[in-house]
Amino acid sequence: MDKVVLKLDDLEVMANKEDTILQAALDHGIYIPHLCYHPDLKPFGGCRLCVVEIEGRGLTISCKAPVEEGIAVRTEGPEIDKMRRVAAELLIVNHYSECLQCARNTDCKLQDIAAYIGIEEGRLQRLKRTARDLPLDDSNPFFIRDPNKCVLCGICVRTCEEINGVGAIDFAFRGLDTRISTLKDKPIVESRCESCGECVVRCPVGALVPQNMRKPEREVKSICPYCGTGCGIYLGIRGDKIVSARGDRDSVVNKGQLCVKGRFGYHFVNHPDRLTTPLIKRNGVFVEATWDEALDLVTAKFKEAQEKYGPEALAGLSSARVTNEENYLFQKLLRSLGTNSVDHCARL
Amino acid sequence: MEARQVLSPSKKGKLIPMLQQIQERFGYLPEEEMVKVAQLCGVTESKVFGAASFYAQFRFTPIGRNRVMVCRGTACHVQGAPQIMETIERELSIKEGQTTPDLEYTLESVACIGCCALAPCIMINNKDVHGRLTPQKVTEIFATPKREAQDAS
Amino acid sequence: MPVKTVLLGQGTCCISAGAKQISAALREEIARLDLAGTVQVKHTGCRGFSQIDPVVIIEPEGLLYSEVKVDDAPEIARSLLPQGQPIERLFYRDPVTDRAIPHHRDITFYNNQQRTVLKNCGYIDPEEIDDYLAVGGYQALRKVLSEMTPEQVIDAVKRSGLRGLGGAGFPAGRKWEACRRASRESRVESRESGRETPDSRLQTPDSYVVCNADEGDPGAFQDRSVLEGDPHSVVEGMIIAGYAVGATKGYVYVRAEYPLAVKRLGIAIAEARERGFLGENVLGNGFGFDIEIFQGAGAFVCGESTALTLSLEGARGMPKPLPRPRTTEVGLWGRPTLLNNVKTFANIRWIINKGAEWFASQGTEKSKGTAIFSLTGKITNCGLIEVPMGITLREIIFDIGGGVPGGRTFKAVQTGGPSGGVLPEGLLGTPIDFDSLTAAGSMMGSGGMVVVDEDTCMVDLARYFLDFTQKESCGQCSLCRLGSVQMLEILNAITEGNGRIEDIDLLIELGESVKIGSICGLGQSAPNPVLSTIRYFREEYESHILEKKCPARVCKGLISYIIVSDKCKACMICLRKCPVEAIKGGKNEVHVIDQDNCTRCGVCLSVCPERFGAVEIIPGREVKIHG
Repeated sequence: MDKVVLKLDDLEVMANKEDTILQAALDHGIYIPHLCYHPDLKPFGGCRLCVVEIEGRGLTISCKAPVEEGIAVRTEGPEIDKMRRVAAELLIVNHYSECLQCARNTDCKLQDIAAYIGIEEGRLQRLKRTARDLPLDDSNPFFIRDPNKCVLCGICVRTCEEINGVGAIDFAFRGLDTRISTLKDKPIVESRCESCGECVVRCPVGALVPQNMRKPEREVKSICPYCGTGCGIYLGIRGDKIVSARGDRDSVVNKGQLCVKGRFGYHFVNHPDRLTTPLIKRNGVFVEATWDEALDLVTAKFKEAQEKYGPEALAGLSSARVTNEENYLFQKLLRSLGTNSVDHCARL
Repeated sequence: MEARQVLSPSKKGKLIPMLQQIQERFGYLPEEEMVKVAQLCGVTESKVFGAASFYAQFRFTPIGRNRVMVCRGTACHVQGAPQIMETIERELSIKEGQTTPDLEYTLESVACIGCCALAPCIMINNKDVHGRLTPQKVTEIFATPKREAQDAS
Repeated sequence: MPVKTVLLGQGTCCISAGAKQISAALREEIARLDLAGTVQVKHTGCRGFSQIDPVVIIEPEGLLYSEVKVDDAPEIARSLLPQGQPIERLFYRDPVTDRAIPHHRDITFYNNQQRTVLKNCGYIDPEEIDDYLAVGGYQALRKVLSEMTPEQVIDAVKRSGLRGLGGAGFPAGRKWEACRRASRESRVESRESGRETPDSRLQTPDSYVVCNADEGDPGAFQDRSVLEGDPHSVVEGMIIAGYAVGATKGYVYVRAEYPLAVKRLGIAIAEARERGFLGENVLGNGFGFDIEIFQGAGAFVCGESTALTLSLEGARGMPKPLPRPRTTEVGLWGRPTLLNNVKTFANIRWIINKGAEWFASQGTEKSKGTAIFSLTGKITNCGLIEVPMGITLREIIFDIGGGVPGGRTFKAVQTGGPSGGVLPEGLLGTPIDFDSLTAAGSMMGSGGMVVVDEDTCMVDLARYFLDFTQKESCGQCSLCRLGSVQMLEILNAITEGNGRIEDIDLLIELGESVKIGSICGLGQSAPNPVLSTIRYFREEYESHILEKKCPARVCKGLISYIIVSDKCKACMICLRKCPVEAIKGGKNEVHVIDQDNCTRCGVCLSVCPERFGAVEIIPGREVKIHG
């Protein structure tokens, strides 16, 4: 890949020719405040916080400006600071301010920006809070939308469109009334939303949060057990319970993405109805058994059927929850038993 | 910088004209019609609503039989348009953007009717312009029987 | 062959003043008097002098009858009889000298103007292509197609010095040149990718010409007037532009709120197509070009180029942030697109016909040609004017506009609509051109020019414009969406008497940030009305805040209505009309307004008989009530 050299606040850095100034800065550990930028998505340019100055050219937003050989970029300066501060203060003063009650407390981009800029109480008090009291949308069983916390970065809209190709939501109305909306502002559950939750993980603030969110005390790297795709997953654990799941961005399979099952479908793990040992029906009731007992029984029944009715009497139905390799072995096994009647739940 | 991505002038370009035709027919944009537009234009329903709600022309609720538009152009403003709006709001007991419960009147403001010499002015049903208004004249207009206001042109 | 022609303005403004009914009545009377053979009644666009609409003009004499009523029709018809005499009582009276002026050429409003774009508005029937052809219409197109290469056309536009008349003033020739270059590259790309087939060019053009007629400024109506009065001049300009830049398809993006303009433009396009000026083979020259009308659905921000193209593509009109390619490179459907305003296109035929040098000889060094303004507000002669660039504000307001009516004092002039600023009396010497107005803190913008007098509150005016822009903000960028609302809230507080003195500096700080930080021109210019009123009328802000008084007696929270006891005749009218029963008194008992209950609706003032004039507005809310 072609490289260019540019100066970022007196630091000479090398960047990919296709990169934007913001990407180059973040890659080199230089923080430029930003809210609507997300590395997975096309730049939007709405929050105006990532403003920088290219010497000799003036101000530009770094999330859209491409790097160029030899340019000198300033990430701070009197004009930048003033504009950025005003933009941040306006966002903060119009944002729900009870951080301690927010599920995203300590994991919020707006908090990061406030901390970076440094908020002065006196300055905020000069501004008027333009009251917006919009109803919460908790129609989706997996996540809550709180438009009062929304900063209109559009990340959810772009995620739904660019990453998932669903387009369940879009910007609606304009001016101060602008909001993220489904058709006619109907509950999200009535839209074409697939509940994948990709928008929820990307929301920089607490406008999109999982239902009953609990923070894990630690995370365990795993592979999603739902299907053969093999998405990399981090399971959040609290005590001996799974309380969250997130995609592993380093996994080559899913690059951090998950579907609705992988992301929100972990409750079965700790469910009291979950089977943890094989069950064998004895005298009309299922009783717990060991794996050896169960497999012995299956073998015996197979043999019995084979002898009585011939091998063709056997059939196997496999599951999408196992891998391709396991499915391959499964059909091998059945064929070795002398039957070609092999099927799969995905065909149902 | 994004490369030139050439698109053919697709069905999407017909989105706004289609919405305009629907509104022409129904007086507003019924939900089922927006769903149809989405299918015809090959975009999602949220996109149709996003676009429709962006433009001042489109409405999502049925409109009154008489549409009163108060000009909020600059010339009208400096000649007292806010007072005219207030008086009408009081006369009809509705606020700007609302429709009377009997669906008789819808009260709206419009950027400029273009009759600046007649400021302040209002337009009823897209044809009947009342100019050089005072609160008193407004009271008289809405005191006349509703039918008359409707038929006047 | 008719010997006399009656010209009847039928613009939106004329029609709203009753021109349609007059036309019907006049035609009926003319028929009744059997004059149809000698008198021709012609419908035209508006002549621009809205103040005296509806206007009837009798040619060849050049007589002008002003503020004509339906009842005047029989008399006008009789005056057209061979022995008929001009009707003196309908002559326009100069508001300054009170002299009756029979001929339109002698009216100061007209004779101080220099009409190029508006030359034929009000003289030709916009729905008759032959009228346009009779005044030299489509000659420029013929000349271009038969004698000039596209490069020569672009060169002429460049040499003329024409700048975009949509407000920003970008040199038109340079834009055309850039679009032609991009259009050629785009064609090469198409050919190489194998997309182009000989007959696919009209369906999937390489580039587009778009005419911006989305005149959203609440106080400007010149684009509408041109489209209503001389639509072919715009069509002709667009075809020439298409030839010059290599486009095969044009769109006119016109506000749906302009139904008459849409209708007349539609007729003009159909007529032009019929006569071979539009179509696959324009004038048999092998050049193909067609025009489609697109009705804008009401969004001020769609005047911005990227928002406008998004709107044409059926999306929300949210401007695309810089850095990005120019619309001339990546515009409509990703193709190079030439976007110019109505007036810019309307100028093209004059540049071609009369020459770039002729055009460049008018105006100032950097702003050539003429400027069109909608002169409104507290002005004697309200209407549409066209003046050479470089004329001063004073000449426009006092020589053409006749100054402020009713013995009131001029206070300021607002130019450029919601994007512009106010200029006080001291700056009336400012010449009208793109750069001088910008330097003074205003701008040419959409061409709105609103004159205000001592009865206009500058804080309220700033609040009015900001209220407009914040509603029109697309909502995309934080500074415009939230900053403009924040400024509006502060202005609301000040006009309601809840302002703090530090709010003035806060408004400046917010305004400057919104200016430098917003994505598009709407946000970048939204603070102009506030910043310029603070700059020139800071003391009015201070009166509102410190003295709790609105000196212009406009802001409802800072005024009181009172009944002057010496003048009150205790007639009971206001007392009965008061909607909140805040007026006390009775028969033979002087009326008094109960200030605690008064909502300052103004009904009492408007109903108090003029001969009494007992109701007055005074600044401030501290009223001593005299029994």
